[in-house]
Amino acid sequence: MKFGVIVFPGSNCDHDAFYAVAHNLGQPAEFIWHDSASLGGVDAVILPGGFAYGDYLRCGAIAKFSPVMKAVRDFAAAGGPVLGICNGFQILVEAGLLPGALIRNRGLKFICRELRLRAGTRNSIFTSAIPPGQVLRVPIAHGEGCYYADERTLDELEAEDRVAFRYIDNANGSLRDIAGVLSRGRNVMGMMPHPERASDPLMGSDDGLAVFRSMLTSMPVTA
Amino acid sequence: MTAAITPELVEQHQLTPAEYAKIVEILGREPSYTELGIFSVMWSEHCSYKSSRIHLKKLPTRGTLVVQGPGENAGIIDIGGGYVIAFKIESHNHPSFIEPFQGAATGSGGILRDIFTMGARPVAVLDSLRFGRLDDPHTGPRNRRILSGVVAGIAHYGNCFGVPTLGGECLFEPCYDGNPLVNVFALGVCRKEDIFYAKAAGVGNPVIYVGARTGRDGIHGASMASAEFTEESKQKRPNVQVGDPFMEKLLLEACLEAMHTGAIVGIQDMGAAGLTCSTCEMGSRGGVGIEIELDRVPQRAAGMTSYEIMLSESQERMLLVADKGRQDEVFAVFRKWGLEAAEIGVVTGDGKLRVRHHGEIVAEIPNRELADEAPLYDRPVAPVPAAAREPAAWPRGSDPQNDLPRMLAAPDVCSKRWIWEQYDYQVRTNTLAGPQRADAAIIRIKETGTSIAMSLDGSGRYCRLSPRQGAQLAVAEACRNLSTVGARPVAATNCLNFGNPERPGIMAQLVEAIKGMAEACRFFDTPITGGNVSLYNETLGEGIFPTPVMGIVGLLKTEAPVTIPFKNPGRSIVLLGGVGDCDQTCFGGTQYAKEILQDFWGLPPALDLDYEKRVQAAMRHVIEHGLAESAHDLSDGGLGVALAECCFGPGEIGAQVDLASDLRPELLLFHEGPSRILISTAHPGKVAAIAAGWGVEAPVIGATAEKGLEIRQRTVTLGAWEIAALKSAYDSALGTQL
Repeated sequence: MKFGVIVFPGSNCDHDAFYAVAHNLGQPAEFIWHDSASLGGVDAVILPGGFAYGDYLRCGAIAKFSPVMKAVRDFAAAGGPVLGICNGFQILVEAGLLPGALIRNRGLKFICRELRLRAGTRNSIFTSAIPPGQVLRVPIAHGEGCYYADERTLDELEAEDRVAFRYIDNANGSLRDIAGVLSRGRNVMGMMPHPERASDPLMGSDDGLAVFRSMLTSMPVTA
Repeated sequence: MTAAITPELVEQHQLTPAEYAKIVEILGREPSYTELGIFSVMWSEHCSYKSSRIHLKKLPTRGTLVVQGPGENAGIIDIGGGYVIAFKIESHNHPSFIEPFQGAATGSGGILRDIFTMGARPVAVLDSLRFGRLDDPHTGPRNRRILSGVVAGIAHYGNCFGVPTLGGECLFEPCYDGNPLVNVFALGVCRKEDIFYAKAAGVGNPVIYVGARTGRDGIHGASMASAEFTEESKQKRPNVQVGDPFMEKLLLEACLEAMHTGAIVGIQDMGAAGLTCSTCEMGSRGGVGIEIELDRVPQRAAGMTSYEIMLSESQERMLLVADKGRQDEVFAVFRKWGLEAAEIGVVTGDGKLRVRHHGEIVAEIPNRELADEAPLYDRPVAPVPAAAREPAAWPRGSDPQNDLPRMLAAPDVCSKRWIWEQYDYQVRTNTLAGPQRADAAIIRIKETGTSIAMSLDGSGRYCRLSPRQGAQLAVAEACRNLSTVGARPVAATNCLNFGNPERPGIMAQLVEAIKGMAEACRFFDTPITGGNVSLYNETLGEGIFPTPVMGIVGLLKTEAPVTIPFKNPGRSIVLLGGVGDCDQTCFGGTQYAKEILQDFWGLPPALDLDYEKRVQAAMRHVIEHGLAESAHDLSDGGLGVALAECCFGPGEIGAQVDLASDLRPELLLFHEGPSRILISTAHPGKVAAIAAGWGVEAPVIGATAEKGLEIRQRTVTLGAWEIAALKSAYDSALGTQL
């Protein structure tokens, strides 16, 4: 299974995501530059963490206009798996591929902390190997990660079983403790915590690897 | 501009009449206004080290692993496997006082550029911070604002740039009220054959400018950093630059990529003294001249004078020399990253910095004299006055039960989580030990199987009592921190923060501290490969404590690190190095004296360098054999604080300790004698054998326990505490003040 990691000029977790899937998961991976009109022949796309174009404006507000995002939209529309981590989640929300918004953390400060998540659903490419209720230790590192949406959207996410992860330790004030959500088609997921940082026991936890492993086991193998 | 050079103008440029005479001699004529500006920044204390240079020569700089010592943008050490690390520490004290957020942010930016200009990708940052007391009724509010701003600035820059900030130290004294210290250490990695130097070469080669446009910001920043603060300093805000970490990230990626084209000859960042410093230093190092045309320099504002362009300290700019005919390859890379680049000049053979503007030559100065022949001063040194050897009022009855939680909540001792949680300490997924996890920060090098341990240490308190011993203690402590995680210390960088060197008393502190640092670095075989001197850290005549900060790096195998907390109950607790000894005189610089007795006297703790070295060797040996489940060295707050900190793991494993010592209880628990490390182990016999082999004491002082910390002295209970209560005091102290 071939992973494509999108590289915006200000991405800084691109190498980490690449290392997690290429080294910890042992799958082929390649970088895709932000002004590419095509994704090549990848089977799954990761939008990594970082500060895509500096994010001096709202996070992800510029990235959604980049050429590669058109390709990502088409890929997602065709059912291709797209995982947005941290800044990637912010971009997916800005691009309208996921509902809601990510606003400043409740305490108004950047927080880097390892915390506990509870898996919400097994019904997705990204969580197929994670039993609902399972607790994962995965770190966060963001200043704008407070998940926000109107009541109706939140109800809908819950009714449609689209909350992939919830914080047990909600550090950023996310509504209903939401840490990760799925698209209606269930092939796009955004999460603020960094599974790629918890993919190697040396980093203190490899619980995050379960996300990439799920993708691997639930995708048809291509040559 | 053709302003007449008057004595007043010379004085405004902080040049002495003698220095001015030397300028006239070098040029063989009166300087132009632009030339005067150029000399004033290059010959400022900040750029020329004119007061410290003759003393810095005493520091050891050579070693088997040293690839590059002082004189370049960063020092370089060979870590084996074809890789090297580049690292240095820099201060940004003055700007951080004037504008904490941007001052600290641009300080980070500057040191990061110093690293990647050598061809190395920055992979770690640590910071060493000093502020005035946060709880002072008068200055507290401002100190809190400065701390918050500085931390947010470092976080903003490093987090966006994508380098983990792994911790460091943060201490508080009233002497830093008007003069906070912001020292930032950065470390990068590259392949040995990919090292770049800031050296121009090849007559006819193009000189290329890349990065942010030049604006009027930061003019005379270097000179500002070379003067004391007065009331007017607050009006110097335009001298502080504004940082753009996204631009820096683009520069990083573009420069590393451009370097790989093979078309770059030399490269230097534009930091202090901007275009002036980068041109003349690159020329001087390469023994060539550089001619630039200012009309081609990308500018942010219209109508900038040559003086302003040459002295601007706009951030995120680099200067490089490319191979003639291959500049298009370099430009292609910069275009890819959306960066503005311009060919602004050419390398010449005449050894001069020649600057043209609007068709006229506005400056023509020999590079070598400008960059390297700044006047050197052997400033007068007064004898260091002896501190009072006895406390004002002591003894008082000791109360260990209540003292320990108070000590854990003391500003210098308590958890700095409020600070380091704002830093992304994990990006790049190399962090084996981030803040507060182990005694040193550790990152792995994915390519080699080697890891790098780093520690920053500096005690203004100890140095105030004895600069020489205080500096030695800082070196010993930094090395001990590395050894406590099993790393072998290999090299050092230093940041010397002192007051006004024109005062003989301050100069004495500087000379003595350098002496102590040289002795200790020589002894521990940790050559100093570069660093920074920050003088004139005074406000309204009040100098800071002499504060030399050491950054020491060590090497270890990549594996799960030995961390601070106890892991399992029922393990033996060994105090490697022994309980140690302490008399009243050597107790006056401790945290206990500061927080509980609210007094300050005497001498720093006594240090036996040879014993220290053997304790550290034994420690590394214990880790090599996999015998340590946890390890934590004793420093601020001594044994009592260290024991408590070992109990603060996720399992809150406690300890039962019985100390066979006749020291007074507060000395026993809180003296800060060096050369001591707490180890928990399932194999006390083997640890004892290793310790005996190195000739160091290693008493078993107790055992880890399911819960609670109890400390006895010859069976008399000094205190018994619930871990949660101690931890809460430790964890919440800083946050509640901010």
